[in-house]
This record gives sequence, structure tokens and C-alpha cells, in this order.
Amino acid sequence: MADAGAGVVEALPVQARGRWLSAVARQRELSLVAIMVVLGGLVTLTAPQFLTVDNISQVAVLASVIAVAAIGEALVVITRNVDLSVEATIGLVAYCVASLLERHALDTPGAIAFGLGLGLVLGMINGFVVTILKVPAIVATLGTLSIFRGIDYLVAGSHQVPLAGLPPGFTDPAGDSVFGIPVFVLIAVSIVIVGSVILRSTRFGRQLYAVGSNPEAAAILGIPSRLVVFTAFSLCGLLAGVAGILYVMEFGTINGTSATGLVLAVVAAVVVGGVNIFGGSGTLAGAAIGALFLGFIANALILVGLSQFWLQAIYGLVILLAISADALILRRLQRATAARRVR
Amino acid sequence: MTATTAPATREGATPPRAELRGISKRFAATQALDDVSLALLPGEVHALVGENGAGKSTLVKILAGVHQPDSGTISLDGEAIQISGPAQSRALGIAVVHQEPRLFPDLTVAENVFIGHAPSGRLGTIDWRETRRAADALFRELEVHFDVGAPVRGLSMADQQLIEIAKSLSVEARVLILDEPTASLSAHEVDRLFTIVRRLRDRGVAILFVSHRLDEVFDLCDRATVFRDGRHVITTATSDLTTADLVRHMVGRAVSLFPKVETPVGDVLLEVEGLTRAGVFRDIGFSVRSGEIVGLAGLVGAGRTEVARVLFGIDRRDEGDIRLEGRPVTFASPSEAMNAGIAYLPEDRHQEGLVLDFSIAQNVTLPILPRLFPRFLIGSALERKVAHDYTEQFNVRMTGVEQLVGALSGGNQQKVVLAKWLASKPRVLILDEPTRGIDIGAKVEVHRIISELAASGLAIILISSDLPEVLAMSDRILVLHEGRITAEIPRARATEERVMFAATGNVEPIVAGELAEGPIGG
Repeated sequence: MADAGAGVVEALPVQARGRWLSAVARQRELSLVAIMVVLGGLVTLTAPQFLTVDNISQVAVLASVIAVAAIGEALVVITRNVDLSVEATIGLVAYCVASLLERHALDTPGAIAFGLGLGLVLGMINGFVVTILKVPAIVATLGTLSIFRGIDYLVAGSHQVPLAGLPPGFTDPAGDSVFGIPVFVLIAVSIVIVGSVILRSTRFGRQLYAVGSNPEAAAILGIPSRLVVFTAFSLCGLLAGVAGILYVMEFGTINGTSATGLVLAVVAAVVVGGVNIFGGSGTLAGAAIGALFLGFIANALILVGLSQFWLQAIYGLVILLAISADALILRRLQRATAARRVR
Repeated sequence: MTATTAPATREGATPPRAELRGISKRFAATQALDDVSLALLPGEVHALVGENGAGKSTLVKILAGVHQPDSGTISLDGEAIQISGPAQSRALGIAVVHQEPRLFPDLTVAENVFIGHAPSGRLGTIDWRETRRAADALFRELEVHFDVGAPVRGLSMADQQLIEIAKSLSVEARVLILDEPTASLSAHEVDRLFTIVRRLRDRGVAILFVSHRLDEVFDLCDRATVFRDGRHVITTATSDLTTADLVRHMVGRAVSLFPKVETPVGDVLLEVEGLTRAGVFRDIGFSVRSGEIVGLAGLVGAGRTEVARVLFGIDRRDEGDIRLEGRPVTFASPSEAMNAGIAYLPEDRHQEGLVLDFSIAQNVTLPILPRLFPRFLIGSALERKVAHDYTEQFNVRMTGVEQLVGALSGGNQQKVVLAKWLASKPRVLILDEPTRGIDIGAKVEVHRIISELAASGLAIILISSDLPEVLAMSDRILVLHEGRITAEIPRARATEERVMFAATGNVEPIVAGELAEGPIGG
């Protein structure tokens, strides 16, 4: 009895420390917002145009496109996988939707439905290759990245759909606002809300985290891991499809190389947003805020007068920083809980 | 009693090749080695025996440089040394051959033998021709034939061990440690290995032979040392020992327990007949009744966990029947087994038992989500209530069911695993090493819980390497040795000696009078 009592007393501070660290790890969203506020203040000092409604909503609209794709990517990353083909899915969906509209093959709702369906099918192909053919996700999606992009080139050839080729008003949502909030932001936020409810409160959500956190335990519990991973990839494709449609609305001019290089921003958003690259934890809100954070940095760079060419390097740096920070926090946490266990 | 003193004359004549004095090593709450001493003489094969957890592996790892002792001294040929890492251990001439050889499957035999110390030619590059020639010479010395240019992948376990031995010869090993080398070898391969070991012994190498097979100890070894609970029990010439003596020295662990409460035993719930999984276990047959605890004893690698995995639908059986309440069943997956009323608490609670990123509540409800929430949506109030009910029953020390499981102590984590499986309302519960690595207080509580579960009518299979635990908790004990049942011992007749005797592969009645009054098993 005395022994057990002593253990509890000793354990408390260590446990408290562990909880504090996990609180920091869990509040990644808040930390990002805090960093944005501080940096925003600094940027405003040198570039006053930063803090204008116009500029902020422009950043937010662009970030929303990335955010939607990042939400899908987050679902995949939580299961210990990765989807590198998102940018090709976005590109292919964007071109197909734009081209169908230009040729009047489909009306607007039809083209949007087609774009969503195409994204879903491409996602299912990824899911099939990973779960049935058992190709590691990083290799599988690198392959499909190339294939989807190749199809995009073949379909598009040297053609470019001009803004004038789209139905009048199609690109309006990119500029519209409801109660002062850009429509794109509302779309991204609603996807975050619906997705978060699914992750928090459905069996699928629970199983998604379980498979990513401890595949062996999930197997012993009889969780259908392959179905869960397949679903994650399919949803990722579907959301990439949504991002592809938003991309058309945002940019208007679409060709076979549209959306090239976006995958870095998408994965960076997920990682910066606190989704564990090794699976098992993270939130969709985090991924979305991560996308906003990156968009904000890009904008700040331009306003401060730094070259655009810095952007890629900064994205890479941000990924490395976020992952090292995660690793550091994880190690501390493990040490804290190990100390707790040893007593 | 047989002689308890080591043959001093022999030790005096030649200085020990390797000598360990007063070695202690502690891991967290476990005293793995407590002031043990051991002398290995040149030209001698020395056996190291003991139950699971006796400290054999720790000693081997200290010599191999994997662990550093907390206290004590090691000397090699009379010279005090410190082994700070595996590389230094090898440089000092200590070679370890593991039960599962650790070779690089894609490299050739010759490359594996000389990995890290290949002969170099001019310009410091590796002289491959010389490497192959030297490897060839080593195998000729061992009188075995090998194509040294072929990759290791695909070679048998026995051949791979010989490569490990050749590796040790390539650095002129002074001490050779064989850690359960025969566990996966056929009789013929064992003969070949022993011939080579004897040849090395005759060349003056000091050999430490760690084995669970007592007949091999008598066959091969000159002296034997017995460890128990991290302590040195005895070192003596094998010629002065009988198998019964050895077994008696191995057993006799002191543990405080919560023994099983006698409960009326009901109908047969689970019946197993002729269960076989090729290469793992064969012809396993037993039954478990409601309210009964059947212990599965045996040494590490005897196949107990493997039997459990088949019963729970994780692995497939090759032959045999499983009947649940008289009806034959086949499980294609753990969820089918779970639905049929079987629960399996796995051996490794971190790897297989818990999702450490989840809260206590989320872990408890994970196996029963479909049943608890048939309409897909999870209601957190009900989830918390279910988790609360089950964890309270087990006295889990926590701040609340929302606490992360990773922050709990080992004993409390194990209680959460138990709660999790009981939430699935099983009728047959398979417990695999339920108290490993948890402190004594939690252990007593887990024992109480197991006992209560049996009283409530569950059929329980208890796999444990902790002999006193098996003895105190089980109504019947099945002893496995290398994938076969070697004894079935009822509670009344169960003694540590009897279990250990069967666990080391002895199925015959024991001659030594103090052990048995008749044949063991049924």
C-alpha cells in the first residue's frame, strides 16, 4: 500500500510535464495562428498593404484550394501512407472540367459532377494499388503522379482553355463573399467541419487513427485495415477533385501543366498543421490552417520584396522544421511517460 | 546432494579465459543480474541454464557489449577489461552466435564472414580474391563445404549459424558464446554443430553454451552454471549432476501471489483436437471448461503464443479441429473469433494490445465499436460510460477515462487491455503473459481479476512463463515443448519441478525418486 502511494505522489510531476508537452503538441493549430499574428505584425511594419481586407482575402482564397487538397492528404497521412499524386489529380480534373465546359459537352453542374467523380476514381486507383497490389504508398503514388500527369498532357496536348472559354460566371465564386467571408473559405471550412465530425464521431474515423497509430493492434482487433486505407485514398482523390474544380474557378486559364508542383505545398500544409507524418494523429483543421500558414508566408515574402524563387526553399524548410519539432516533442513525451512507468 | 563446489583444481591449473565477478545489472524495476560470477576456461564447454527471465540473455548481452553492467568486473586471460560496445567485444575476441543468425542476406557468404574486417589490398580497397580465399580456408578448417561466393539468402538456419561460427574464427575468437543455437536445428544439424564446437574447444576456445535442452547440456558440456532470478545458483561439473538435480536448481522462484479461488467448473466451452501448424506446433489437444483456468507452460519458443494466435484467428491452422460449445468453428479473422466469444490478450501490450495515441475510453471501446454503435456514429457519453464501468471494476489508477493510455504505468495499461477485452463480453479468454513487466502490486490485482473472471464462468487459458504464477492460478497445466504437449498436470500434482521437467522436453517418467511418484501427464 505504502509503495503504491509513494508511486502516485512521485509520478505526478512527470505526468504533468507529459501533459504539458502533449498540450503543446495538440495545440499546433493555435501555435500556427499565434505565429501568423506575430509575423503579420512585423510584415505590416514594412509593407502596410499586408493588413488590408483585399490582401487577406486573396491569401485566404488561394490557401483554401490547397487546404481542401491538404484535408484529403491528411486522411491518407493519418493511416501511415502518403499520396504524392494529388497535384496530378488536381491538374487532370481541372483540365477535364475546363475543357468539357469549353466544348459545351456538359453544363456547369454536369462538369462539376464529372470532376468530382474523376477525382474519386483516381483516388480509388491509388487505394487499389496500395491495398490490393500492396505497393508502398510513396512508390505507388509517385507512379500514379506520373501516369495521371501523362494522361493530362495527352488529353490537353498544347491546348489551353482560356478564361473566355468557360461559361460566364463560372469563376465568380472565387471572388464572391458571403457576409464578407470569401466563398472558397466557406467551402474549405465546411469540409473541415464535416470531416472533423467524421473523424471524431464515426467508427470509420476511429479506425482511421487506430490503423495509423498501431497497425498490429488494429489487426488483432479485427479492424478492416485495407478497407480503411482504401477509403482514405478514395476520399483524398475526391477532395483533390474538389480542389481541381476550385483551381479552375480561381485561375480560369487551364492547360496540361496546371497545378504542377502543388504537392509540396499540400504535404507541407499537412505536416506543418501537425499531422504526424508517421501516422496515427493529427486533425483536419490543423491541415487547413497549415495551408493558410504557407499561403501567408508566400504572400509575406512577396510583399517584403523577396524573390518568388525563395518560396520552394522555404516550403522545404518549413517541412523539415515541423517534422523535427514533432520528433523532438515525441521524444520528450516518450521520456516523460517512460519515467512515469519506471517510477 | 551433488557437489556444490566447482572443481577448483582445474580452475587453478589454467587461468580462466574469461572471468566475470560480481556482475549486477538492473533494468528499471527488474534486477536482471544480481552479483553473479562465472569463469570460462580454455578448452571447456560451459553450459548456462535457467528458466525464462533467469538472466542468461542479459549475461550474454553484457559479454557481447550490448549492455554494460552496473557493477562487477570482467577479465579476459587475466587482464581486466571494460566492454563498452559490440565492436569492442568483437575486437577483444568474444564472438556470439545467436539462435537466429544476424547475417546480411543479400551479401555473399564470404562478405558476411569478413564484414567489417575484410582483407585490404593496395590503395586500401577490399581485396575480394583474398577475402574469398580466406573464407574458403575457414570453412575447410570447419570441414564443411560452402560456396563462399553465393548470397546468404536462402541458406538454412544451420548453415547460417556455421557462417556465424566461421565469422568468429576469422577474428580468432577466444570466447565463443552459443545462445540457444540448436532451437531451430534438426538432429543431424545438431550433430554437425556439436562436432565443430568440440573441435573449437580442443583448440583452446572457451565456449559458453546457453540452452533449454538439458540433454544437450549433458551431451556437450563439461561444466554447467544455473541462474535463477538473476542470481547464481550453482556451478558444477555436469558429470556430478542428474537431470533432476539441474531442474531442481532451475526452479524455486519466490513470488507473492493471489491464488485462484476454487470455483465450480461447468461445461466444456472450448475443445481443441489435433491442432497443427506446420513447423510451429503439432497435434495439440485439450479442452477448457467454463470457470476453469488452464495454464499453458513452457519455455520461450515452445509454441504457446502460436497456439493462441491460431485459436484467435490471427494465423491459420494446417490440421485439427477447434470446437466451441461442441460446434466446430473456423475463424478467418480475429473479428470472427471475437464475435464467437473469444478474446485474446496479446503478449506485447505495446505492439499489439493498445493504441498509445488513444485515450483509455477509446482503447476500451475499440474492439466493440460496431456492437456499441451500430449506427456508425459514436456517442461519446455512452463510450465514456462503458469505459468507466469496465476500468472501475479493475481499479485502474487514472485521472479519468479521457487520459491517454501512453501516460499510464505498465500495470495500469495491462488492466486497460483486460478491460478492453472484457468489454467484448467473451466466454473464452486467452491471456498471454498477462503480468510480464508489471510491478508486484499490479500483478496481485491482475491475479485477483483473473480469478474473479473464472468464477464468473469464463473459460480461461493462461499462458505464462512465470512458473509460480501458472502453478497458483491454473486448475490444470499443459506443458509445451517445441510445439508439442509433453505433459498435462492437474493442480493437485503440479510442482515446479514437474513442469520444468516436461518443459525441457522430458516425457518419460523421472527416475529420481524425489520428483515423481509416477508418470507425468496423461
